[in-house]
Amino acid sequence: MKAKYMSLNTIKYLLITAFISLLTLGCSNENTTSLSTKSVIYCSEGSPESFNPQTVISGVTVDATSHQLYNRLITYSGDNNEVSPSLAKSWHITRDGKKITFYLRKDVEFHHTSYFTPSRKLNADDVIFSFNRVLNNEHEYHDISGGLYPFFQSIQFNSLVKNIEKINEYTVRFTLNRADSSFLANLATDFSVILSEEYAQHLSKLNSQQQIDRLPIGTGPFKYKEYRPGSFIRYLAHENYWQRKINIEQLIFDITPSNTGRLTKLLAKECDVVAYPIAHKKIIERPDLSLNAITSYNVGYLGFNTTKPPFNNKLVRKAISYAINKEAIIDAIYFGKAEIAHSIIPSTSWAYDPTIPKHEYSLSKAINTLNQAGYPNGFIMNIWAMPIQKAYNPDALTMAKLIKSDLMKIGITVNIFHNYEWSTFLKLIADGEHHAVLLGWAANHPDPDDFFTHLLSCSAATQGNRGTFWCNKQYDSLISQSLQTTNLNKRKKYYASALKIIEEEVPLVPIAHSKRFQGRSQNISGQLLKPFGGLNFEEVNKN
Amino acid sequence: MLIFTLRRLNLFIFTFIVLTALSFSLSFLFPGDALTNLTGQVNATLEQRALLIEEYQYNSNIFKQYWAYLTHLFNGELGVSISSHLPISSEVINLLPATIELSVVALFIAMVIGIPIGFIAAVNHEKTIDNSILFISMLGYSIPIFWLGLLAVFVFSIQLGWLPSAGRLSLVYEIKPVTGIQFFDILLSKSEYKWQAFQDATLHIIMPACVVALAPMTIFIRLARTAMMEVLDSSYITAAKAKGLTFWQIIYRHAVRNALINVIRHIGLQFANLVTLAMVTEVIFSWPGIGRWLIESISQGDYTAIHGGLLALSSFIFIVHILTDFIYAALNPLARERKHGA
Repeated sequence: MKAKYMSLNTIKYLLITAFISLLTLGCSNENTTSLSTKSVIYCSEGSPESFNPQTVISGVTVDATSHQLYNRLITYSGDNNEVSPSLAKSWHITRDGKKITFYLRKDVEFHHTSYFTPSRKLNADDVIFSFNRVLNNEHEYHDISGGLYPFFQSIQFNSLVKNIEKINEYTVRFTLNRADSSFLANLATDFSVILSEEYAQHLSKLNSQQQIDRLPIGTGPFKYKEYRPGSFIRYLAHENYWQRKINIEQLIFDITPSNTGRLTKLLAKECDVVAYPIAHKKIIERPDLSLNAITSYNVGYLGFNTTKPPFNNKLVRKAISYAINKEAIIDAIYFGKAEIAHSIIPSTSWAYDPTIPKHEYSLSKAINTLNQAGYPNGFIMNIWAMPIQKAYNPDALTMAKLIKSDLMKIGITVNIFHNYEWSTFLKLIADGEHHAVLLGWAANHPDPDDFFTHLLSCSAATQGNRGTFWCNKQYDSLISQSLQTTNLNKRKKYYASALKIIEEEVPLVPIAHSKRFQGRSQNISGQLLKPFGGLNFEEVNKN
Repeated sequence: MLIFTLRRLNLFIFTFIVLTALSFSLSFLFPGDALTNLTGQVNATLEQRALLIEEYQYNSNIFKQYWAYLTHLFNGELGVSISSHLPISSEVINLLPATIELSVVALFIAMVIGIPIGFIAAVNHEKTIDNSILFISMLGYSIPIFWLGLLAVFVFSIQLGWLPSAGRLSLVYEIKPVTGIQFFDILLSKSEYKWQAFQDATLHIIMPACVVALAPMTIFIRLARTAMMEVLDSSYITAAKAKGLTFWQIIYRHAVRNALINVIRHIGLQFANLVTLAMVTEVIFSWPGIGRWLIESISQGDYTAIHGGLLALSSFIFIVHILTDFIYAALNPLARERKHGA
């Protein structure tokens, strides 16, 4: 009996000594630099649906894949987000704007991974494969992953591109059915990524085509290592990345859907960067953390039904524009997480023109203008507030109430309509049931055309879902002229004139451009947020 | 010893029958179709369903159905999860080791801290030390664990930044699961960073394990205190005193060992309590164990997962009970002689 006691005790002592010695052994091994200093953990808000941004449109997927795994032919860069070279080192557009030739870089390596080893560098075949997959319904890979390419369908890519041809190994020519200067912008979006044709052939041989969107091969700064849905994504640095040397070894997406969970992980330093943080004040207070914000390419607005009196009178619209206290709305509805909108496009766009007069909040101006319009005693109107939350309008009902109290001051009585299901709401708006409506628009790409055409063109007016029914021939000709030229200065002039028309006519009152936030540790450097589309960890560094 | 073993085996078989009967009846008690609840095949085609009915004998009487269910159980088939469509058995095998790891470390902490404190209290019986230890242990026992867990995260992760708040290991380290017990896997891995990973895993387990350990620790304190007091009252201690042994010699040579035996007897009982606490703690600390998975399954209405997970957990607890009985019997010959009960 005694011997058994001893053995139990001996085991216990052994365990304790083993444990302690393990810990100390760990300490003695400090000479290899710690792996966590070479890894960046990003706490993301959800799991991606696919590893190919061509096939999806959701922000989570684009954040996780587009700029991490892939490159595009061209990209946006600079403060004004102008189109600049990426995989294509240069391009040439014919005078009629219908033929665009891209000259590819010759030094672009694809990812070497455990499941595929590329034997060649990027060439024209890869570009043609990537776009034919989308364009050609007969293509072997078109229907893999469902055959839906939501972004390309929304811009009617199929009807725009006539064909793509290979001129030589490193030259590709797109032939368009019509000139469209937003074409380049579309090629630079998060969705127009270049896949590997060699990998596709390899998968066809193995007869496992569906793998192409699950185990991705691209040219981007990081390569795929491991993914566990609902848990994490592990990327490794692409050691032969053509553009620069990647500073870190690993990039990990820690999938943490809970807002408080992400905040806790940021505060406890378990995440280096977190998506959409809450408790901004807490983050700003901490000296070792920082909060980044970027104004997104979107706009929340109050649109007038310009076919219904008295809103067919531009003076009435202008008066209301003067009477709305946008600053108060930004504080109350966006909690300061937005920028006041002075025009339909954010001030970071190259088409923004600061010389165009802004409609400042001024009750006296509002009353004067209303008197001029012939409504000194005001009138009764209705405002329809969108029943769902969007980044550009997180709480339309409260916004409508704030506007109601603003307009009360100039004698206008407002009734608010809100209780509709979203699709019914849109249908009633398209039927023109409203006087004014709170809606918004989020851009797919930074080309300003995205705002000008979708919001206020005559074709948008006939569709009616933007709520203004405003059709101005002069404005329309300006924006279509701008699409036909590729000269940036000319386009700027056209858009400036278009903005001037909007300022005078006030078919809508732009209210806010919402911001996207990100929390991070101070030791993480690099510009990660983009004003439109996904994140980019290419320049990230940890020290 | 043979009779002792046979008794335990007998008990094991009967408990197992009751357990499986209960889990089998759950599939009828849950809302929805019983066969779907049992197999997790939600979108089965007509042919697949016919096959399942054949396999699970769903056209025969209830006893044949139960027998078919048992046969599937013994083949390791617990159906597939309704929400993730993964086999329950593989999920359980992946998740149970994490819970075992947490519970064992917590048990270790509870014993290493709780038992000596209990002995100290007994030695200082009815003095201030004893009273304050009893007071603190009462307090510790009454603290709700979910509150304690959140408080610990707030203090040690957010305010002080000493310990990580979630998970089992930083995602930075890539450790291949071999045994499922993370510490062993790290030691087995060939990563050049395995010592860093080991330290990181240690930091991760400290907080959840301490939170789980608190309540059992207070119980150990009181058990150890009572056991020690009983031993100190016994005649062989008086005899030892008469022989002229010093106080510490008596305590160390005689009292501690005999008191420990009585405490070990209760470890098995505490283990069930511990696993229950671990389930709540896993949710707070995002510990990837079976408890968190079960609670998620409950909120997702994943009936296959609920009854498969419950069955796995309860059999696990039961096996631990029997094992501690054996350990106790091995340590204490008196227990082997006892004919009835444990």
